[in-house]
Amino acid sequence: MTDVAETKVRDWLSVSNDTLQVRTGKVDIGQRISTALAAIVQQELTLPPEKIVVAPVQTESSPDEGMTSGSNSIEQSGHAIRLAAATLRALVLGHAADRFGGARQEWSVRDGVLTGPGINRPLPFLDIAGEISLDIAVDAKAELASAAKATSYLMRGMADLVSGSYHFIQDIEQPGMLHARVVRPPHARARLGDIDDRVWQRLKSEGFHLVRDGSFLAIAGPLEWPVMRAVSRLSRACEWRQEDGLPEGDIFASLTKDTAIGMPVVNGTPVEGEPVPERRWKPTHDARYERPFTMHGALGPSAAWASWDGTTLDITTHSQGIYILRDSIAESLEMAPEDVVLRYMPNAGCYGHNGADDAAFEAALVALALPDTPILLKWSREDEHGWEPYGPASAVELSAQVGEDGQIKAISLDAIGGTFRGRPRKGAGQAGPKKLLANHFRAKPLGPDPASPNMNWQGGLHRNLLPVYDFPQVACSKNLIVDMPLRTSALRCLGAALNIFAIESFLDEIAREHGEDPIGYRKAYVSDARALAVLDRLQAELETPVSSGEMGRGIAYAQYKNAMTRVAVSVDLSVSDAAEIKIDNIVMVADAGRIVDRDGLIAQLEGGALQAVSWALYEEVKWDRDGVTSRDWESYPVLRFSEVPEISTILLDRPDCQSVGAGEASPGPVLAAIGNAVYDAVGLRMRRLPMTPEAITKVAMDA
Amino acid sequence: MTFTLCINGKDWSISSDPETPLLFVLRDELELKGSKLGCGLEQCGACAVLVDGKAEFSCSAPAETFIGRDIVTIEGISGLEIGRRVQAAFVDANAAQCGYCTAGMVIAVTGVLTESPHLDRRELKPMLDNHLCRCGAHPRVLRAAEMAIERS
Repeated sequence: MTDVAETKVRDWLSVSNDTLQVRTGKVDIGQRISTALAAIVQQELTLPPEKIVVAPVQTESSPDEGMTSGSNSIEQSGHAIRLAAATLRALVLGHAADRFGGARQEWSVRDGVLTGPGINRPLPFLDIAGEISLDIAVDAKAELASAAKATSYLMRGMADLVSGSYHFIQDIEQPGMLHARVVRPPHARARLGDIDDRVWQRLKSEGFHLVRDGSFLAIAGPLEWPVMRAVSRLSRACEWRQEDGLPEGDIFASLTKDTAIGMPVVNGTPVEGEPVPERRWKPTHDARYERPFTMHGALGPSAAWASWDGTTLDITTHSQGIYILRDSIAESLEMAPEDVVLRYMPNAGCYGHNGADDAAFEAALVALALPDTPILLKWSREDEHGWEPYGPASAVELSAQVGEDGQIKAISLDAIGGTFRGRPRKGAGQAGPKKLLANHFRAKPLGPDPASPNMNWQGGLHRNLLPVYDFPQVACSKNLIVDMPLRTSALRCLGAALNIFAIESFLDEIAREHGEDPIGYRKAYVSDARALAVLDRLQAELETPVSSGEMGRGIAYAQYKNAMTRVAVSVDLSVSDAAEIKIDNIVMVADAGRIVDRDGLIAQLEGGALQAVSWALYEEVKWDRDGVTSRDWESYPVLRFSEVPEISTILLDRPDCQSVGAGEASPGPVLAAIGNAVYDAVGLRMRRLPMTPEAITKVAMDA
Repeated sequence: MTFTLCINGKDWSISSDPETPLLFVLRDELELKGSKLGCGLEQCGACAVLVDGKAEFSCSAPAETFIGRDIVTIEGISGLEIGRRVQAAFVDANAAQCGYCTAGMVIAVTGVLTESPHLDRRELKPMLDNHLCRCGAHPRVLRAAEMAIERS
């Protein structure tokens, strides 16, 4: 990972063809990071938007900024680029003063044009910037342009999107390129036996290229549709050994602390080698909250392009981490990392680690088998639903000791679940290669890799496990289940979605039991002035009560990773006689520090809220012994337009505070506000997602 | 053997197998890559094109079933007055996140407004239920549709 203090201006910015090229290691996965980074440069340098080009992200020339994940891009890349731009502004103004006279302070830049003493012609900023060496360290204390009133920016690429000329990875076309698909096993534990040789030979005679490495089987041909048809034919000709099939049974019953690797989490960081301390107080309240395996469900199935010329393996991918993927592909193939080049190209939004990395490696395997032939490999919808690494099933157990006055004296939170760490990150024992799906099936199989706990601050299962409230006694633990029936990895928010759902639902239970106003109850435990401001603003927005007696209103609050965007949410909904939730209205108040792109920030918060609505109401991956049964949008339903509520998002701008990311800040509190509103509406406490009519009916029957 | 399809106001001689779904003829034979493959199951709407003015899925139905019909893809939508209005409204509303569903959404909204030019938000929603968006850009798509209606 690049440390901004050790970088040069030219690592981030360069002048080329009368434009300022912005280099970032963060990829635009639909979160509008390229729009936001260009906005930051525009704010610092006043250049018109068309003079700012966000360069494509590739391993050959982009800064290694690790992963594009965790809502970190604004804070990392955005902050670095803001400092680099501010350093550049000071350099250019100083250079202009040296060259044309006057004091440095007498020079300024406006709309990309320099003004200063003795100059009576327009002096473009980029002309001067192009003349000087940018091989200068980024000044971490560079004076930043003062924050103007927060504004919105036109989303980059929007005009191309509405005319069909925006290029996604699936749209690559070139002479001689072959389309490829993988013939999938019925499930992750099946292995390939015989293939009917007549079908194999016939497909070859029809011009298809067949690639087999153990149980990894792919087919390539010049046109996509005939390749898709050929996959069906070849699939029927394969004999798969089922082995033992996928483990069935009640996943939630298997999420217990005694079968997990457990450790205390102190101030948001797991402590290695220490047992979870015994609780020394008697709880008055207990509750367990649960979430099933959840899909990323990208609208565009994963894809990758690859080509091998005998020297360099070229890959185009929509991976969120091109450097770690390059290293793991190189290690899998026993190649030098510098002989593997990865370029980023967009696919549909991914919301975490989906099939992107696996598709890239699969394309590479096909390209290596067919040298000098560009390969565009695509997953089918069924592949994506059935083979992406899901967000893990997980649970949180909460206990509290609450006084008769309703005051929380002590609270404990134990997160239990599978891993969010499925990305192909390099590590001992070929850890990276073992995370790539195709390696599980090759003739010399590697992996799957047993999960190991994420020990980072606010990582994995324990993200947002620590409540943001000032409770007198707090104890947290994380408990990683290593053996899960399905492969899992990073899904938007990681543990924060369930943990915030759990904490904010549990507080609601206690507050309601004591007749406390839910916002007032939270405020009593908050000392952070910015949190109070967010809660106060939500309270002010809610002066109108819910519209009818059948409506319920729930609220929730969270600060992502206890350090980033603060979000308070209110949800108004009703529950029908058929136990269907109808969400009418969502109000969000958010503080993400200094606002970079007002509309982009609202889009991220809105998008997170609606994804949470989808998680809350519908989403659950199902499987049986013979494989995953959630294989399309009917067997894995998601939010559709009819159920989209009205959303209003209120931003509290903090021009003097650092900008922080918000893409993962709203889902947790929205989940909880939905659960709390259901309780408000019908008196049923929903402690497991999704809150389907069947689930609500079951809770009603058990009540 | 070839057959003829009318796409974006022009007759094209198609040499693909007539049973090939229209989407693959558009993308692979005609290199009109704006229509997207999202599911191939008529469940998500990424592949939508206008057929005789109405949004239809193109990912499954054989191309030959579109013979004699007026097909408009996202590449040709600016040839329609309503289409241009919808495109402009999408841009002004920043009505996308990742944008993979956007072509289908523009087609869908154009189709809806062609048939019923003055819908309100409550009426619009069910008309767009065939179109999935996973980023949660729905409120912006609805706003874009309303803007396009207001500007008529």
